[in-house]
Amino acid sequence: MSQKLLLSAKEIDIILHRLACQLIENHTHFEDTVLVGVQPRGIFLADRIKNILVKDYQLTELKMGYLDITFYRDDFRRGEKPLEANKTHIDFTVEDKRVVFIDDVLYTGRSIRSALTAIQSFGRPREIELLTLIDRRFSRHLPIQPNYRGRQVDAINQEKVKVHWLENGGEDAVYLISN
Amino acid sequence: MSELSVNHLLGIKYLKKEDINLIFETADHFKEVINRPIKKVPSLRDITIANLFFENSTRTRLSFELAEKRLSADVINFSAASSSVKKGETLIDTVNNILSMKVDMVVMRHPNPGAGVFLSKHVNASIVNAGDGAHEHPTQALLDSYSIREKLGEIQGKKVVIVGDILHSRVALSNIFALKLQGAEVKVCGPKTLIPKYIEKLGVTVETDLTKALQWCDVANMLRVQNERMEISYFPSTREYTQQFGVNKRLLDSLDKEIVIMHPGPINRGVEITSDVADSKQAIILDQVQNGVAVRMAVIYLLASKIKQ
Repeated sequence: MSQKLLLSAKEIDIILHRLACQLIENHTHFEDTVLVGVQPRGIFLADRIKNILVKDYQLTELKMGYLDITFYRDDFRRGEKPLEANKTHIDFTVEDKRVVFIDDVLYTGRSIRSALTAIQSFGRPREIELLTLIDRRFSRHLPIQPNYRGRQVDAINQEKVKVHWLENGGEDAVYLISN
Repeated sequence: MSELSVNHLLGIKYLKKEDINLIFETADHFKEVINRPIKKVPSLRDITIANLFFENSTRTRLSFELAEKRLSADVINFSAASSSVKKGETLIDTVNNILSMKVDMVVMRHPNPGAGVFLSKHVNASIVNAGDGAHEHPTQALLDSYSIREKLGEIQGKKVVIVGDILHSRVALSNIFALKLQGAEVKVCGPKTLIPKYIEKLGVTVETDLTKALQWCDVANMLRVQNERMEISYFPSTREYTQQFGVNKRLLDSLDKEIVIMHPGPINRGVEITSDVADSKQAIILDQVQNGVAVRMAVIYLLASKIKQ
């Protein structure tokens, strides 16, 4: 097994600030916008983006939640391992809101498909956008593309893209892992 | 652990502590789901569940049906009163006929103890016991424990007294198994005639003085007197039963601590508990009902995840 560093901590920091600025460009004061981190791994990225928006741009009223998609996945009873659920924490309705999904890696698009269904339990959003740190190009199973992307990566199916976060017991880094 | 150790829920007796933990963790997620504006998830859209009720039930049946529908399963209902069972069909024939319509899971209530175990050995479907005679009622015990955990934080080390008709109660037996498995201390309290002999072998203690039992406990689970299961008289009169084993507000207020009052329903108001107790803040009876849906969703979801494609 070999691993190659795709993004270092410094590069991630720069990208996060750029993504935050791109969000501000489109959402200005975020009055009608809610950020939704997709469980389990999107929540770290969502927290980081929120911190930047709050600390550097004083957007203190920003609403953010975590969405678990386990019960909406299309591979229930299909995999070898049982699906494990995570916490959903959304204490607001998304009715007529502009929702921004945040996830670390966009690969087949199936997770986001599930998230699109799941979020409807909380109301009918005006629009939904997608922010992702890594966009694995050419590997989509569904017609889903990000609105904001950190870095586009060409990886073959046998390779894995692993995102490490400081909060997750490591350091900020993105690796490409191949067998 | 992310998978149950069993393929059927026949009784608490067959579960491990880790199974109960997994059911509760999953139920936590479903409790959040059923409090959303849209309370439904699509997980079980390719699963069909038959609810077979050979005995009367209102809340258990509604609770199961709602849990199944919240998970998007297809549901068919059957009650013995309107079935061919009355025409002499055997249980296995009845169930196999239903299963030939491509049913994946059977939720069954039956007057005979062991009916679920029997069925699980003879038919090809996942079986959930919704009460078998005076034997077990596992989902009730799970939702009772879940409600205690929600109210008091944990079950380990808590003192629970089960009051009333222990002899005829499947709720009592399942609760004893569930509470002991999770490290609670359990006492049973009731007229001697309604306490089975040798019940101490299950690791519980017996108390016939209700006041002493209530002084001792953190939680009192008040059972209904099951007149329909009594062929002989077990106590002189309902009035005398109420005087000795009924909980009223005065008795609760006389205790030096605030205990939690539970009841699996249906309540006979004025018999095992008075209305002011049933409607007091100490009673978590309606929480039990709400938790019942979440716990049953968890059980069905976890069992369904083990059904092969």
